[in-house]
Amino acid sequence: MAYSKKVVDKFENTINEPAKYNVGRFDPKEMNVGTGMVGAPACGDVMKLQIKCERQGNTHIIKDVKFKTYGCGSAIASSSELVEMLLGRTLEEAKEIKNIDIVNALELPPIKIHCSVLAEDSIKQAIEDYEQKQ
Amino acid sequence: MSTPINLPIYLDYASTTPVDPRVAQKICDHLTIDGNFGNPASRSHKFGWKAEEAVEEARSHVANLVGCDPREIVWTSGATEANNLAIKGIANFYQSKGKHIITSKIEHKAVLDTCRQLEREGFEVTYLEPTEGGIITIDSIQEAIREDTVLISIMHINNELGTINDLQGIGTLAREKGIFFHVDAAQSTGKVEINLAELPVDLMSFSAHKTYGPKGIGALYVSRKPRVRIEAQMHGGGHERGMRSGTLPTHQIVGMGEAFRIAKEEMLQDTKRIESLHDRFYESVSKIEEIYVNGDISKKVGNILNISFAYVEGESLIMALKDIAVSSGSACTSASLEPSYVLRALGRKDELASSSIRFSFGRFTTEEDVDYTLSLINHAVERLRELSPLWEMYLDGIDLDTVDWQTH
Repeated sequence: MAYSKKVVDKFENTINEPAKYNVGRFDPKEMNVGTGMVGAPACGDVMKLQIKCERQGNTHIIKDVKFKTYGCGSAIASSSELVEMLLGRTLEEAKEIKNIDIVNALELPPIKIHCSVLAEDSIKQAIEDYEQKQ
Repeated sequence: MSTPINLPIYLDYASTTPVDPRVAQKICDHLTIDGNFGNPASRSHKFGWKAEEAVEEARSHVANLVGCDPREIVWTSGATEANNLAIKGIANFYQSKGKHIITSKIEHKAVLDTCRQLEREGFEVTYLEPTEGGIITIDSIQEAIREDTVLISIMHINNELGTINDLQGIGTLAREKGIFFHVDAAQSTGKVEINLAELPVDLMSFSAHKTYGPKGIGALYVSRKPRVRIEAQMHGGGHERGMRSGTLPTHQIVGMGEAFRIAKEEMLQDTKRIESLHDRFYESVSKIEEIYVNGDISKKVGNILNISFAYVEGESLIMALKDIAVSSGSACTSASLEPSYVLRALGRKDELASSSIRFSFGRFTTEEDVDYTLSLINHAVERLRELSPLWEMYLDGIDLDTVDWQTH
């Protein structure tokens, strides 16, 4: 399978420097943490995304993100790419992120588009979880 | 003094092997104007006679490795064609005798797809389940036999697992019932001893390129005693006693002959060395938590080791092991996203099936290769598990089967 150099680099950087690339977890019970987990082991990928937000005036800013992904190289690269897109964004901005943004950033081949869809689902779910707590 | 390691390291010998340099030399001697380039079917001049002589010598080498008469060897383009010729050949020739075939779910696609084709032509096929350890039991065959069963086709060594089936037992049963027995032995030559003089097997498929010969050449053993007839699938000049027409590719045939001659000569030392590499590898890799060997380790060859690394996805592991050439499942299916059908047939859960990697060792694998691979695996598995939400859940004591997954 031919991966783009971007996927390979992202994947390798993420596994070699997990802390720098926001691999990890927050306590999901914390009120300022939103957790999303999508996918299924039987399908070959599971993404867990957590955002830590801070209220600023009328909006909420994503101050920190942690993730863990079980899946192919593209799934791991997609999560990692998404994390970068999320840091420092407001929730409104984060809701605007679409899977195609990840596809473009990583030059994902058509057979791996579902990885980006999963990534989009993970942030939607994390925001939903966070908003329910507020 | 350890030899310098050449990267990437090739651990995919079950997929194909490099041609042995001695074989390559032999091939080169049968190509050009200064070499033995003639058409073995030319009866009217020395070029033809010399080529025929080389082909017949090669046939003896093949026959010698598997303990049969050279006249029982039919050249084909590989094991895929040999499987097609055997199964369709028997089914077509003996269809008045019965239209039921028994095979297994863990056969190579060359057998499974051939059987599917026969189903479309009106044959009925029973696909046997293997045991959890990847073996086809005699009992399961016994149960599947019907009045109209005409052929049993079971592989010798499974290409994904390395598990070995009991040919003597299956063949004895087949003979008792008067059913033809075909064996796909593409993975066997040079790895385990085969003596067709004693084995109750009617047809057996071989491949050159799994045994340090060239690609594009193989053979089908067709028993003479008892006599087995097959209907040709390739028509033309009536080569190979009418069973397989087409000008014989002398250079490939001598390549296969030389490869099998060397296999006969060096099998004992080769397998002994490879088994010790396997044991070295297994001993170390089994120290990693939550790994599962696929296929019964007490009933398999030493050159193939299939392992599932739980909570790590196979494709990402292969990507993390970029300096190691291995495959997940068989090479024919690793381009698709489906977990291996062989592992599924063993009853492995999808996630374990898709966490699997097949390591296969060979003649040119060194101890250094194995040790370096082990260090990379330890590192990659540790890193990918650190990244795996499933591993985290496992460490937290959560049973993944009880989680309500959001499938997409």
